[in-house]
Amino acid sequence: MAATGDTLLRVEHLTMRFGGLVAVDDLSFEAQAGNITALIGPNGAGKTTVFNCITGFYKPSEGRIGLRHGDAAMWSELETLTDSGERRLARANGTLYQLERMPEYLVAQQARVARTFQNIRLFPGMTALENLLVAQHNRLMLASGYTLFGVLGFPAYRHAEQAAIDKATRWLERVGLIERADDPAGDLPYGAQRRLEIARAMCTDPLLLCLDEPAAGLNPRESAELNELLLAIRAEHGISILLIEHDMSVVMGISDHVVVLDYGVKIADGDPASVRNDAKVIAAYLGVADQDVAQAEAEVGL
Amino acid sequence: MKKGATAPRVPLARALRDAGFTALLTFGLLLPLVGFQTVTNFRNVLIVVSRWPLLLSIVAIVGVGRLGYSLVVEPWLERRRSRPVAAPPAWRTTSAKWFGPFAIGFVIVYPPLILLINGFGGAVKWIDNFGIQILIYVMLGWGLNIVVGLAGLLDLGYVAFYAVGAYSYALLAKEFGLSFWLLLPMAGILASLWGIMLGFPVLRLRGDYLAIVTLAFGEIIRIVIINWVSLTNGYAGITSIPRPTLFGIPFTADDNGFAAVFGLEFSPIYRVIYLYYIILALALLTAFVTVRLRRLPVGRAWEALREDEIACRSLGINTTNTKLTAFAMGAMFAGFAGSFFATRQGFISPESFTFLESATILSIVVLGGMGSQIGVAIAAVAMIGGTEIMRELDFLKQIFGATFDPTQYRMLLFGFAMVLIMIWRPRGLISTRAPSVFLKERKSISADLIGEGHG
Repeated sequence: MAATGDTLLRVEHLTMRFGGLVAVDDLSFEAQAGNITALIGPNGAGKTTVFNCITGFYKPSEGRIGLRHGDAAMWSELETLTDSGERRLARANGTLYQLERMPEYLVAQQARVARTFQNIRLFPGMTALENLLVAQHNRLMLASGYTLFGVLGFPAYRHAEQAAIDKATRWLERVGLIERADDPAGDLPYGAQRRLEIARAMCTDPLLLCLDEPAAGLNPRESAELNELLLAIRAEHGISILLIEHDMSVVMGISDHVVVLDYGVKIADGDPASVRNDAKVIAAYLGVADQDVAQAEAEVGL
Repeated sequence: MKKGATAPRVPLARALRDAGFTALLTFGLLLPLVGFQTVTNFRNVLIVVSRWPLLLSIVAIVGVGRLGYSLVVEPWLERRRSRPVAAPPAWRTTSAKWFGPFAIGFVIVYPPLILLINGFGGAVKWIDNFGIQILIYVMLGWGLNIVVGLAGLLDLGYVAFYAVGAYSYALLAKEFGLSFWLLLPMAGILASLWGIMLGFPVLRLRGDYLAIVTLAFGEIIRIVIINWVSLTNGYAGITSIPRPTLFGIPFTADDNGFAAVFGLEFSPIYRVIYLYYIILALALLTAFVTVRLRRLPVGRAWEALREDEIACRSLGINTTNTKLTAFAMGAMFAGFAGSFFATRQGFISPESFTFLESATILSIVVLGGMGSQIGVAIAAVAMIGGTEIMRELDFLKQIFGATFDPTQYRMLLFGFAMVLIMIWRPRGLISTRAPSVFLKERKSISADLIGEGHG
């Protein structure tokens, strides 16, 4: 498969088996840099499994997940990286990672892929501000001389901490939670927790942001605000977004590219308009065979 | 009991049934334990005597207690729960603010104060048995608090590191004649190495499984100490461990001893006071470092780990290293405390490092409130001070007869304290969490939001 110009993430022949169950079957797709790519499909289609494979929480049974930093020309080295058996290949003009070879914390730390969770995973007993500081752990750890200078009270750490607090403050303002900065995250309303989780993921300075159903449980107004937030994040920080979503107003409203999964198999891949009219996709969502789509559509009044 | 008009009506029948059932259970349980006793009679024959009055009175006490709990305590707890949470009164916030500095001031002036009150003769007991003993447990509690309270890793074998510290000091001091001040950091480092060694294999385990393996580790250390007789002298223990000196001046009755050098009359009290200030400094160091660590990324990562390990990993935190640092840090303070223990006693044996010690330290942390420095200190004073004070209650002999030994009821006291605290404050004396950083206002976080950790 020849990589197109500005590919950021390349998933090739990804297969994930749990015992006899094939959750993801030979899935290949690409996410372009600066784009919003949506991964959709009915419940149980294997979307979250794909996410867990990309972010290193699962080790895929088969397949390759490549991620590029820097120059697009790096893709030509992918086979070299695969043959070397290493996790990453660094050159002067960029770095190539093979995510399926990395543990989850290195995917976040080195490959700079951040994620959120379907069931929100904040640190409920810590304040909103603390949540955002934990996200800046690795940089602060360096600044504190791996704790040693920090315990001794060196000023370098205080400056770094102040910078981290400033950054957290900017993000709290960005997601409209600055008034609740000192409240425990567990006390925030649901929609605010979703926004805080996105802000926390952004505090890790990602290149690729993976959002697992960010609009779940939000009302239409909140979904619209979420759309604006995601578009603004992309515009300001130039990052790419990969999202799983059921809310079609979000998917169709903001994504540049849609990949549809059903029973672990890719059934459609393209821009939102073409996917929306794809017979296979409609069949999968309505739960009928391809040839019965017209009849089913008539029944539900489409 | 005050019966408010809004008090929920307690179904009397249910309370009676509960009480009856509890009494029956107690009867069944205690019948073989208390009801029958085997004694040797004057012909040297073993006979069984029954103790019905004692058994029945215990059963009655338990039954009435349960009835009282259902009728009085439960409705009270229910009302307390439904009451809206009011802001704490002003005196409470003020006293909470001044408690820490006041407590530190008090422990610093404690030895002279005791000397003033009791004179040279009586002071040793109060400084040694109460002051030093309590401070050792405060320090151990604070050390374990890092592992259990902050990182949320349940460690039932903490005493192993205490033992490593004690034996490192004792063996190195006796073999190589190194001084206490040199061996103190060395004992800490050795103990933290053991902490890391324990940490590696058990990192994959969580919750109950972690607790069991740490418990086993504690036992392994103790049993190795017992059986490696050539090194540790087994059950007999290590005797005449060198005592600490003040810049080379020993606390002995010799001509070059402390008393002689400073032109004082010899008294054991000087060494006790010196030891008191050493353990006080060590305990304060533990507290200071812990407070600092909580504001550092590593401390925040520990707390985040307790809240949600998966989220931590998604943020690029190496949870393996984070857990290991928690284990190592906790073990290091236990190592310091252990080497102090060895130099204070002058004698150590495996008897001092049983599971009961681990359980005591853990119960201090749980009673005090996981993660709270002041709570742990209060719990240590109550638990250790409480058991020590039982030795002083000689007047109880007048009530219960000359054979009554209050110290034997130590564990009963522990149990009662636990039960009461768990009813009254299920998350410990001080269960709220103070945020490590704030923008405008430091608001304490209620216990129901804080995770307990899953190992």
